[in-house]
Amino acid sequence: MMRLELVKRPQRSALFSALSPFIAFLLTIIAGAIMFALLGVNPLNAFRIYFIEPISQVWQLHELAIKAAPLILIAVGLSVCYKANIWNIGAEGQFILGGIVGSMIPVLFPRFEGPLVLPLMLLLGMVGGAAYAAIPALLKTRFGTNEILTSLMLVYVAQLFLDWLVRGPWRDPQGHGFPQTVQFNDSAILPELMPDSGRANWGFVFALVAAGLIWILMSRMLKGFEVRVLGSSPRAGRFAGFGLNRMVFFAFLLSGALAGLAGISEVSGAIGQLQPVISPGYGFTAIIVAFLGRLNPLGIVAAGLVLALTYLGGEAVQSALGISDKVARVFQGMLLFFVLGCDTLIHYRIRLIGLAAPKLEAAPKLEEAR
Amino acid sequence: MSANHDGANLLEVRGLTKIFGTLTACDHVDLNIAKGEIHALLGENGAGKSTLVKMLFGSLEPNSGEIFWNGQAVRIANPGFAKKLGIGMVFQHFSLFEALTAAENIALSLDDGSPISTIAAKARALSYSYGLPLDPESLVGDLSVGERQRIEIIRCLLQTPQLIILDEPTSVLTPQEADKLFETLERLRSEGKSILYISHRLEEVKRICDRATVLRHGKVVGHCNPREETAASLARMMVGNEVKAVVRAPADGIETAQPLLEIRALSRKPATPFSIPLKNINLTVRAGEVIGIAGVAGNGQGEFFETVSGEVLQQDAASVRIRGKDAGGLGITGRRLMGAAFVPEERLGHGAAPRMKLSENLLLSRHATDGKVFVGTGGMVKSEAIYGAAQRIIKAMDVRKSAPDPEAAALSGGNLQKFIVGRELDRRPGVMVVNQPTWGVDAGAAAHIRQALIELARSGSAVLVISQDLDELFEISDSIAVMHNGELSRPLPIAEATFEKIGLLMGGAEPGHAEHILETA
Repeated sequence: MMRLELVKRPQRSALFSALSPFIAFLLTIIAGAIMFALLGVNPLNAFRIYFIEPISQVWQLHELAIKAAPLILIAVGLSVCYKANIWNIGAEGQFILGGIVGSMIPVLFPRFEGPLVLPLMLLLGMVGGAAYAAIPALLKTRFGTNEILTSLMLVYVAQLFLDWLVRGPWRDPQGHGFPQTVQFNDSAILPELMPDSGRANWGFVFALVAAGLIWILMSRMLKGFEVRVLGSSPRAGRFAGFGLNRMVFFAFLLSGALAGLAGISEVSGAIGQLQPVISPGYGFTAIIVAFLGRLNPLGIVAAGLVLALTYLGGEAVQSALGISDKVARVFQGMLLFFVLGCDTLIHYRIRLIGLAAPKLEAAPKLEEAR
Repeated sequence: MSANHDGANLLEVRGLTKIFGTLTACDHVDLNIAKGEIHALLGENGAGKSTLVKMLFGSLEPNSGEIFWNGQAVRIANPGFAKKLGIGMVFQHFSLFEALTAAENIALSLDDGSPISTIAAKARALSYSYGLPLDPESLVGDLSVGERQRIEIIRCLLQTPQLIILDEPTSVLTPQEADKLFETLERLRSEGKSILYISHRLEEVKRICDRATVLRHGKVVGHCNPREETAASLARMMVGNEVKAVVRAPADGIETAQPLLEIRALSRKPATPFSIPLKNINLTVRAGEVIGIAGVAGNGQGEFFETVSGEVLQQDAASVRIRGKDAGGLGITGRRLMGAAFVPEERLGHGAAPRMKLSENLLLSRHATDGKVFVGTGGMVKSEAIYGAAQRIIKAMDVRKSAPDPEAAALSGGNLQKFIVGRELDRRPGVMVVNQPTWGVDAGAAAHIRQALIELARSGSAVLVISQDLDELFEISDSIAVMHNGELSRPLPIAEATFEKIGLLMGGAEPGHAEHILETA
């Protein structure tokens, strides 16, 4: 009989902390190869289709940027939450609410056009996402509810609310009964960056700017210091005079606003109208992006591009090899699993304990060792 | 001290070594304990006392070395085996369930299936015969710290040990309770039992111990007869060099000095079932003086510190006044801005964030008070100014460290405490409130911190020190008040205070002393 035990390492290796995402990626590739082999596909061929072909032409890089933009936007917001030890799992819902609230202008006032429309939509999107994120924050600070549960459950509320809107009150009357809103007018569409070479829109720029700003916030500003102190030692944070409840609201509102911005950017950019489903799970995948990027905004930009590639690769293997595009989810899941696994092993080592070893007697533990 | 195997030595330890990573916690330690002696194990924090004792009790396995019990080589693999041999241990930190009775707690550790009533009867008989009266039916949660220690001792004695190891037993006792304990120990010695007595309190070691083994940096630096030594010579052996004595210049004209910290009729309801309510506390600390608050641990000191620091707010804004202004409704930042500074008891996780650099930990308590220096426009942190200030504090307080700006957790307790105290002193605060300034700090660092607190007061600040260490309070205070069960006694001027008087107050000898309110105001 053997038993596994995790023993805390006295010191963390800085080298392996930095290498962890790369090791995780390598392990994902190995496990992915086994998966492809079991599916009866030549792994090398599959990897070529999955990871290389989707980014071999310029227009495909644009597609990558389109997928990466919401992931990065949401993940940098979540990184602030997670650094503060606040667990917003509901970015998907905040993304959807951002999309809905931002779409109010083109859906309810389709005649309203001009240069003001887009900035107003983006602003409303951020307000919508932040307001929706305020619900779990309020519940946590007022009633001590667990924000993981409340923020997650609100995702399903948001999804059903969107579904009801586009089938009911907001359905396009000229849409032949399809569950979708009117096509947004031109001034409500997020412009493309370089229309000559591909579809990528300003959403990607928003993502890069947000990552830069959050990096400055976290590493250079007192507020970022507050986030880190409260997240790592709340009692020391209270001694510093930082309020935990204020921090809960700050983190939720900030991450909600960024998720909302991602939502309205996606709707007004890549989609152009509201549909029953506006996200292939960006809000959840962004959690992986945040951790793969080590909760560092610059790392998150890189991780966002990698995860965006898993989406494109999933579509590619579906069309080329006839494998379900759920493969993308599998890759994302494996990546998160290996990242968390690597991180755990950086902090802990595994000890095997033989239960068969003779113990003189089961001594009651008297000591509460110093 | 020659090794003799004639049976006079109950325990012999030869070359015992324990290595943790790169640290040799115990380095070829030799120790002989004769039958019927009280043997002191002396050493500063981190000298290896706890490691040695844990190896003797089977909690840790040595890397090398031998242990002889009654002349027989033994391998003590676990605490169960140690108990079988006849080694009993009373830990400094008790392992008792507060919701169970004393007898139930004892039954849990005996593990022999005898009914609780039998155990209770045995425990009661034993406790009276050793002069440690104990009601086995009482709930541990209702007992004082001294009474809890009795349970631990009785629990240990019920196993009829030959050798009893006591780890810093008097650190939680009033002087009177400690006297009681010493009588019990002498009685046990007269019955031929041996005691290994771990302490850093030199006076009591001189008083009751027959022999002493002194550890420093994991090595035995000497065996001696403590009765033939002076406290100073013992301290020199422990520390390795002379510890500078703290100098306290007389504080003149304090009676008429301006009150800088005033506590008026401060009460606080318990926040949790096991926390202590504060009852009508009154205290005035004037410019230029150090007031000490003595008391056995767990009598409300932690709760009091939180209310004074502003980590917990008061309903009545006038219940805490700083430099003549009401502060009860302000949080800790607001009180700091009024000129107060605070040092909490816990270093890691309260006074400092363990995984943050020293410079960041400087910002922790001073981001508001030194806002202009450390934080620029738009909330940008000025790292260079903070780094420079941190280096200034490190130099002023002689903080020893391995890197220019290490994480707080990488420092030894004493060095981190010097930094945390220095961080506040650097502000020249008008009011300084410190909880356990030198807890777990080596003698050299402790003297440094105490001297700095006195000098701060003499330069015109009001200093309030909460401490369980009476020696410390007598060394630095101008008057001493005692906290007992959430109440605070009237401060005794140091000229009138004696260990005996303070000890009686620590035991709760001034009931209903709320009458002295504001007689000094």
